Order: sequence, then C-alpha cells, then structure tokens
Amino acid sequence: MTVHDMKHAASDSARLEAVGGRLSRVDGPAKITGAAKYAVEQRLEGLTHAVLVGATIAAGKVIGIDARAAETAPGVLAVLTPDTIMELKGASDWLGNPPAQPTYAPLVRDVTFSGQHIAAVVAETFEQAVAAAALVKVWYDEMPAIVDLSDGKAGDGIPIDAMTKEWGDAEAAFAEAPVRICAAYNTPREFQAAMEPHGLIARWQGDELTIWEPSQWLDGMARTYAEWFGVPFENVRLVSPYVGGGFGSKALALAHSAVAAAAARMLDRPVKLVLNRPQNFTSYGGRAATRQTVAIGADRDGRIQSIVHRGVNETAVDGMWVEPLGSVTSIMYATQNFSSRQNVVRVNTVVPGAKRAPGENPSAFGIECAIDELAYELGIDPLEMRLINYAEQDPHAKKAWSTRQLREAFAAGAEAFGWAKRSPEPRSMRDGHQLIGWGVAAGTYPVRRAHGEAVVKILADGSVVVESSSIDMGQGTYTILAQTAAETLGVPVERVSVKLGDSHFARAGVTGGSRLAGVMTGAVYKAAGQALDELIGLALSDPRSPFQKLQANTLQVRDGRIASPRGEGPELSIAELMSAVGRDRIEAKGDTLPASTTAEERYKNYTTIAKSIPHTEGDYSRYSWCAHFVEVRVDEDFGTVRVSRVVSALDSGRLYNPKLAESQWKGGIIMGIGQALLEEGIVDRRHGRIVNGNFADYMLPTNADIPDIQTISVGIPDPHSSALGGKGVGELAIVGIAPAIANAVFHATGKRVRDLPITLEKLI
Amino acid sequence: MRDFSYLRAGNIEAARNAAALPGAMLLAGGTTLIDLAKCGVAEPSTVIDISHIEGLNAIDVTADRAVIGALARMSHVADNPQVKNLFPAVSEALWQAASAQLRNMATIGGNLMQRTRCPYFRDPQNFPACNKRAPGSGCSAIGGVTRGHAVLGTSEACIATYPGDLAIALVAFDAEVDLGERKLKVEDFFLAPGATAEQEHDIRPGEVITAIEIPGSAAARRSTYVKVRDRQSYEFAAASAAVGLELEGDGRTVRDIRVAFGGVATKPWRARAVEEALKGQMLDEETVRKASELAMEGAVDHGANHYKIALAPRVVVRAILKLGETA
Ligand SMILES: Cc1cc2nc3c(=O)[nH]c(=O)nc-3n(C[C@H](O)[C@H](O)[C@H](O)COP(=O)(O)OP(=O)(O)OC[C@H]3O[C@@H](n4cnc5c(N)ncnc54)[C@H](O)[C@@H]3O)c2cc1C
Ligand code: SF4
Repeated sequence: MTVHDMKHAASDSARLEAVGGRLSRVDGPAKITGAAKYAVEQRLEGLTHAVLVGATIAAGKVIGIDARAAETAPGVLAVLTPDTIMELKGASDWLGNPPAQPTYAPLVRDVTFSGQHIAAVVAETFEQAVAAAALVKVWYDEMPAIVDLSDGKAGDGIPIDAMTKEWGDAEAAFAEAPVRICAAYNTPREFQAAMEPHGLIARWQGDELTIWEPSQWLDGMARTYAEWFGVPFENVRLVSPYVGGGFGSKALALAHSAVAAAAARMLDRPVKLVLNRPQNFTSYGGRAATRQTVAIGADRDGRIQSIVHRGVNETAVDGMWVEPLGSVTSIMYATQNFSSRQNVVRVNTVVPGAKRAPGENPSAFGIECAIDELAYELGIDPLEMRLINYAEQDPHAKKAWSTRQLREAFAAGAEAFGWAKRSPEPRSMRDGHQLIGWGVAAGTYPVRRAHGEAVVKILADGSVVVESSSIDMGQGTYTILAQTAAETLGVPVERVSVKLGDSHFARAGVTGGSRLAGVMTGAVYKAAGQALDELIGLALSDPRSPFQKLQANTLQVRDGRIASPRGEGPELSIAELMSAVGRDRIEAKGDTLPASTTAEERYKNYTTIAKSIPHTEGDYSRYSWCAHFVEVRVDEDFGTVRVSRVVSALDSGRLYNPKLAESQWKGGIIMGIGQALLEEGIVDRRHGRIVNGNFADYMLPTNADIPDIQTISVGIPDPHSSALGGKGVGELAIVGIAPAIANAVFHATGKRVRDLPITLEKLI
Repeated sequence: MRDFSYLRAGNIEAARNAAALPGAMLLAGGTTLIDLAKCGVAEPSTVIDISHIEGLNAIDVTADRAVIGALARMSHVADNPQVKNLFPAVSEALWQAASAQLRNMATIGGNLMQRTRCPYFRDPQNFPACNKRAPGSGCSAIGGVTRGHAVLGTSEACIATYPGDLAIALVAFDAEVDLGERKLKVEDFFLAPGATAEQEHDIRPGEVITAIEIPGSAAARRSTYVKVRDRQSYEFAAASAAVGLELEGDGRTVRDIRVAFGGVATKPWRARAVEEALKGQMLDEETVRKASELAMEGAVDHGANHYKIALAPRVVVRAILKLGETA
C-alpha cells in the first residue's frame, strides 16, 4: 500500500465499520451478557480438579513430604510430588534458546521462593482437592533468603553488558557541567493483577493434547507443551477464546500449566487447575522492583550536556529477567554524552516477568522525574525544559524518527490542560486543605513488529470468516480484524465473523509489545485482498458468471454487492455470484512474511520471538509517543494524593479504531495511577513472602480514584511502522504517568517523592 | 472435603439454640464468614443461616433513639432518611465502608462482628503463629509488616486493628448492642486483646445480636465521620474519626462533644481525654489541635504504622472543625 492509499483510507474513517471507524467492541455483548465462555469454563466429561501446595519458606530444601492423609482423603485420585510426577523434558525458551536442562521439574525440592509449587492434589471435585491439599505435610531445611534489593545479602548483582549504552564521555561531561542534579528513583515489585486468574484445563486423547488456557501466545505455549511432553507441535491444540486481562503475564506456559498437563497424562483424565488469588501473586512474576540513579548535567539555559544512568532490577535465584531501565533514558532527550549501565540482583522471588511496558515504564519514571528536578533547579518551566532538549533524531541509534509527533503532543496537551495558567512555585496553588499541583511527563514505546498469518473465507451466503490463532484480551482484536476484512472486501461488518484463540487456526506470534494490531491487520489485509482477487477473478472469467461477457478488466465490491466500476452490466450479491459459479467457499491464507520464508523459519517466527523485527531496522527509528498532563490534590494534613485531572496527547500513528485506542490509552493511564499511588507487593522480611497477595490488600485504583481522562490523538499514519500506518497503542499510555504524578505532587507540596508508590506516610 | 452442617434458623429462638452448639457460627450476609472460611480461618462445624429470620431487619428511628435490627443491610441503614438526619455520622460511616456490592449484602450485626484485616491472621497456612486464631501460638505481626496495625489498645499478645467503621460511630454516641437477655454498651462489647487476643467480644455461646440502639442527642444530630485511606473507596481506614458536637447558645463554646477513632486501635476507641479537654472551651483551631493530641497518649507504634500517631489527631481536628463550620 502506498502512502497515498493510506491517507485515503484514513479519511474514510467516518464510516463506523471501516478501518479507522469507531466501531464498538464486537465481543462486547457476549461479555456483558455472560455468554462469552472463557477458557477454564469448559465443561468436560470426567473432569478432575487439581490444587497446588506451595512452599511456606523462601529458601531451602524440602526434606520430607507426608502425603498419606491427603491420599486417603475422600475423592482424591493422586498426590503429585517431586518424586511421583512424571518426567518432563526441558523446553526451549521464548527466544528459541535450547533448554538449559534436559528435564524440567515443575514441582521442586529446592525451594527458591515462597509459594513455589511443591505438590499437587488431584481429586474428583474442587472442594475435595482443596481439603486434601491442606493435609499434605511438608518438612523443610530452611536457609536464609535474600528478600529484596535492599537486603544486606543482595550485593551489587550481575552486570548486564547488553544493556550498556554509551556515547561521548558522560562522566567527564557531567563533572564539568555548570548545573547538575543526581537522584535515585525506586519502583517496587508490582503485579499484573488481571481479573481473570491463571489456570487451565488439560486433556489428553492418545498423544494429542488439548489445553484450554487464557493465553497471549497460543503458538508459543503450544510449542512449550509439545517440547515438555515430547510430542509433535501439531499434536498440541491450545484454545483461548477470551482472555480476562493478561498485561504481559499470560504469554508463557508456566509451572502450574505443566503440573496440570502432567496430571492429565498420568491419570488419563482431563484436569482443571486454576490458581487462587494469592497463588496469582507467587506463581509467575510481576514487574521486577527497580532502582535507578539518574545524573543530568546541563548548561544554565537548560541544555543537557550529559546523562549518566545506572539501573538495577531484581531477578530470581533460578531465573533471569532483565527490565531494560535505560530504554527511555537513552532516547528521550538530545545529549552529546550518555552512559547507561544495568545490573540485575538475584533475590528469592519467582522470576519477574513482563508487565505492561516492561522497561520503558520504570525507565521513564527515572528520566522524567529527573528532568523535572533539573527544570526546578534552573527555574525553567518543565514543559519548556523538555522542548529545549527535544531529540530531533534517535540520539542512540542516530537514525531519523519514522514519525515523532511529540512536539505536537506537548502542544495539544498543554492547550487542552491550560498549562499556561500554571503558577510555577511549588505549594502555590490550593483549594481549602487541598494543595494542588500540576505535572507533566512524556512517554514512549517502541514499535515492535513481527509477522502473522490469517485465513479469510468467503462463504456461499456471502458472509466472511476470518481465522487466526491470535487472541483478544480486551484490546479489540476481534473488532479491528472484522473492520479490516470488511473494508478490504467491501462487505458490511456484520457479515464478518472473526474466530480467534485456537492454535489450529492460521498462526500468530505473541500478543505483547503492542504489536498485534499492526501485525494482524496487515495479515488480514493481505488474506482478504487475495480472497477478493479470487472472487473478482471468478466473476470475470467463470463461464457461468453473468459478468463474464462484460469483458471488463475489474469489478468492485461494495456493501457486499459486485458490480463494474462504472455501473454498467449486472449487479450481484456475493451470494448470488457464488451460487452462479457453483462455489461454496473461497479461502485465502495470507501472511506478512517474504514468500521465500522456509517452513522452519515460519515455525520459529510464530513460536519464538527470535524473529521480531528491531524497531531501528533500516533507516528509521520507530516509536509511539505521548505527553501526559496531570493535576493532583494533596491533603495537607493527611498526605493523601488524588489525581483530579489527566490530559494526555498521544501519537500511536494511525488508529484502526479510535474508540478502542482511547480505551486502551485510558486503561494504561489508570494502571499508571495505580502504580504511582497504590501498587506495591509488600514482603515480610523474615519469611520472604508477599503478605498482600489478594485484591483487598494489593491496592488497585477504584472508579472513585479515577478522574475524567481526556485523550487526544496526535498521530499521523506511519508507513514505516506497519502496513496500515499504525504504531503501538496498548502499552504506550502507562509510560510516563507515574512521573507526571510524582512531578505534580512535588509542585503541590514541594516534596520530591522518588519511591513509588506515593503513599500518605511519605507526605505527612 | 471440609464438611459442615447447614441450618436455616426460622426464628430467633432457633438461632440461639443452634448457636449454643460447639463449633456453630452464624451466617448473615456472609461477606466476612465465607471469606474467612476460604482462607482457612473459620472452620465452622455448623453454619446457622439467620438471614431468613423475619423482623430482624427493621430500622426504627425517632429523635430519642434509633433501633436498628441486626439483619438490616448496611446500604439500607446508610440510606435511611431519619438516620441521615438524626445520626449523620452513622450513615457516613456506613457509606464509606466496603463497596456498594458488599453493603448490599452485609448486615449490621455481621458488620460489628467482622474480624481484623491483619494479614497474618488471615493466612494460617503460611503463618501458624497468631494468638487471635490459636491462643498461645504467638504473634506473627510483631516484627513483620505492620503498616495497618494498631497503635492504641495493643498488647504483647496482639496488635491487630479493629477494621470496621460503623462501630466507631456507635461508641461515640453510647450505643448499645441488644443480645436478647442482655444489653451492653458497644464500647464494652468490644474487648482489647490483653493476654486473650482470641476474645474480641463479650458475647456468650447461644447469644445472637438482635439489634443495636443508639440514644438520640444533639451531638449525634450534628455529627460526622471522616475516614482517611490510601484510595478513595473500598478500603479500610488508615485513620478515621466519628465526632459529634453540641455548642452553647453562643455558637462557639462546646457544650458536649463525642470523639471516637477507627483504624488505629484494637477496638473502637472512644477518646474521652479529647472530649474532656474541649468541653466548655471555645472552638478554635489551636485549641482543637492541642486537645486532639491527647488522644494519642500511650500510643505505641511498630515501625511502619508510626504515621498513624501523627495522622489520627489530624483526622479528629478536621472532623471537629468541619462540624464547627456548619454552625
Ligand atoms: C473487601 C472487603 C472490604 C471491606 N471494607 C470494609 C470497610 O471499609 N469498612 C467496614 O466497616 N467493613 C468493611 N468490610 C467488612 C464488611 O462490612 C463485613 O464483611 C460485613 O459487614 C459483614 O456482614 P455480614 O452480614 O456479611 O456478616 P457475615 O459474614 O454473615 O458474618 C460475620 C460474622 O458475624 C457473625 N454474626 C453475623 N450476624 C450476627 C448476629 N446477628 N449476632 C452475632 N453474630 C453475628 C457471624 O457468625 C460471623 O462470624 C469489608 C469487607 C470486605 C470483604
Ligand atoms: S496482630 Fe493479632 S491477629 Fe495479627 S498475627 Fe498478631 S495475634 Fe494474630
């Protein structure tokens, strides 16, 4: 598609069902009425229930398990322990690296974190399994645990050289800069806290495994199961029709998944295993706790001369997670001298994982607070400060931005917010007991790209079916793929049904990194285009077609009806044509891969992320951008912070559906409010255990905490980022909200809180 | 499976008889009981469903007194026009408690009887030591995560906060709890832990709360409940205060004042020292601030809950000044 075509398509967006139209979520009614059946809601004949037993220590060895009472409890079919669970093979990781160990043990004897799975009880009913699990006795030889980054035993950690980014002579330039600030910024362990818990149903039929499990990556997870059990990839079918929130946590098959699938194999019965809420805080990792120091040297006009950045994130004793803390630091502002280095520190936790904008989110907290501190140091308006140091090209990759509407975002946001009316002094705005503060911060997220394939079928009745193994976790895949197919084929959107969440459909890579919309609209666009070509070809050339004698060289489809472009000759519905030519379907499979791609490469592309395309590939650096403007009210006596206004201007490129994009942005902003003010996994230091692992104690924002949020799209189609011109939507908006709030709190109170969350005792 | 018998009580006598059985527990709205059963804290052998007993949900309010049936829903009481008018602190305490869904299910009797939110209390599997659950086993909270724990009324055995909101307003206005044979001041009904953390209420086997009674007063008519918490809704108090105020004819001198704290003590905490210091005084900010500090005499913190000592008096000040302004 040329840029010209894209502009045309974008201006067509007044039509609801076209790409760019504000079509409501097509899966909405099923969800609202409860008709939508989620993965673990399947009712299977002979279903059994598994419940996990977790370690009550954070480090040490299991020296004994007494399962006798559990085994003889009513309804119990099996108690799996490290000794009795079947042996699984090691699986390659998500990058496609071969397994480090030949075997994989999802139930452990060597405990490295509290809550780690030690045993599982399988029973006829869920209640029986719960009761029996409580009867399993475990003896430990406990060892001292490293609780978190501040633990005396934690040390400095392991340097991650791949994270080092350096140019110029940052330390020297910082030392010589006339104005310097240097501060430390910390973010706590946070959790994805999806409403739908993790869990699965596993069923074996011979050597064929079907797994019903909420998933952000069917093909990747199916590969893992296949490798664990040594069966061909094709033998594993993953079904994930709806996903009740993932936020990065549902892309991998996890230890509890392996336990359920192994139990099903051992018992030859289908097994259902759903993590209870506390287990959802210990069975997979949330966002790693991070620490950063940011030093900025500038001249007296506010021009940055050097940035020196050091970061640390926690990881697990037996697993590696790197949260790239220099990701935003290195690209947001122009500087001649830059240095970023990062270590990871092993602590006794489950391996941390991806949570919405991993890396960019904490990274922005550091740099966007630091630049604010510099602005106050110099007496320069924080917005002006950001414009003075605007990066005209990618300072790290030294490449042109594909598109960067950040200046436009600052302008549009400031205008809508009324930033010009801000009184610069901290503590200078109040309403009764409420100190009022205004803050600004920018955010960004790279355009991650990959490949996908889709099948588009035109059926005898003229309806259209789109199939893909990609998923919809609320972000709107069902809807935008229907829009893409409807627009490409020229049929009304109600005639398109989209089928997702089955690994036997056409393949897709991971739904993460805000890449899916760009990838899948591209694949559907291609498949639908092929189907349309075949349809028109049939109409023009099939002897039974009424169009055959027209001798036209093309035809047009509009509203599901076929005619020549100039309107002469017959006009038929698609169904009429299909019947005339005696076809019951037209089916096309389209993908975005080069035609030369081998089968092996294709497999790798969908089942690992090794084939992701770098966002700085070729001549351009591709990012989405945003600017957040926030008003807070801080009670001067109580220290409570409430966000009273948010205006965000965002550049996600072209929007395939603005209504859904706004909803994603708002979701990100709301999550960011939680991160800034509420969320924190609190660890009992003596036991190395999260004590607030439930939804009453792990604070997430309620409706009452969320003000009106205004979002403004400032994006333009970006032809270098995706086939239809979109960049990323899902993760962008959470980047920069926490620093905008922290900056507003400083403006309100004169107190700089550099540790999230900003709870009342830090301000009292 | 953890079996238990389920009895549906048709009337209050049946409920009392059944409640005398060992291991019996009453079920009203179920929002506390079912929660505690799920985390393994409550293990009733018999569950006595009292939610179908007729006549126990009446709300009868006159200027003299409010009589609120034990089965009245939190949302109904909060929304009752007479309660709002004559006992605003009661209505406000209820509105700011829990969530709309919980308030629609939960009853007044169950609300008084809700258990502490101490995370160690609620996780027997990982933290066996808890004197409230298992007398003599120790206290896991002391030396652990204590941000929500009490600073008043604590003992070496237990530092758990009483979490409810309604009871704070009730102790401020000398309400009584009706147990059928006995009536007790709400203030005496709740017990500080001392050496017996497991005993939270003065209630005997076979006793059922049938109603609460709140005497009407000028202070109750001019009252408010101020609740401070990390988020705006659906959270227990970091510190809260129920305050009632009666002024002399001059509109400035305090004739009667009631002050009670929530979120900072092991039981609903009446702050008589603050009341005494303010009676007969002119209502100005300085005086109110000084007097409010008295409430924290003898407060003991456990590190992370230290902020409550500074916060709680400020909540009282805000509440008193708010009432003063509405003169
Ligand atoms: C997530 C969450 C947040 C909450 N937030 C708040 C809050 O902010 N503020 C607040 O005040 N509360 C809060 N609550 C507590 C809530 O108000 C109580 O759960 C509720 O009031 C209990 O009433 P119920 O009728 O459901 O009690 P049930 O669960 O039915 O019973 C609770 C207990 O009381 C006993 N009982 C019930 N009725 C009687 C009776 N008539 N006589 C003697 N004993 C009886 C039962 O045996 C049981 O032990 C919250 C609860 C949850 C789950
Ligand atoms: S504070 Fe009380 S409830 Fe909490 S662990 Fe200690 S004894 Fe148990």
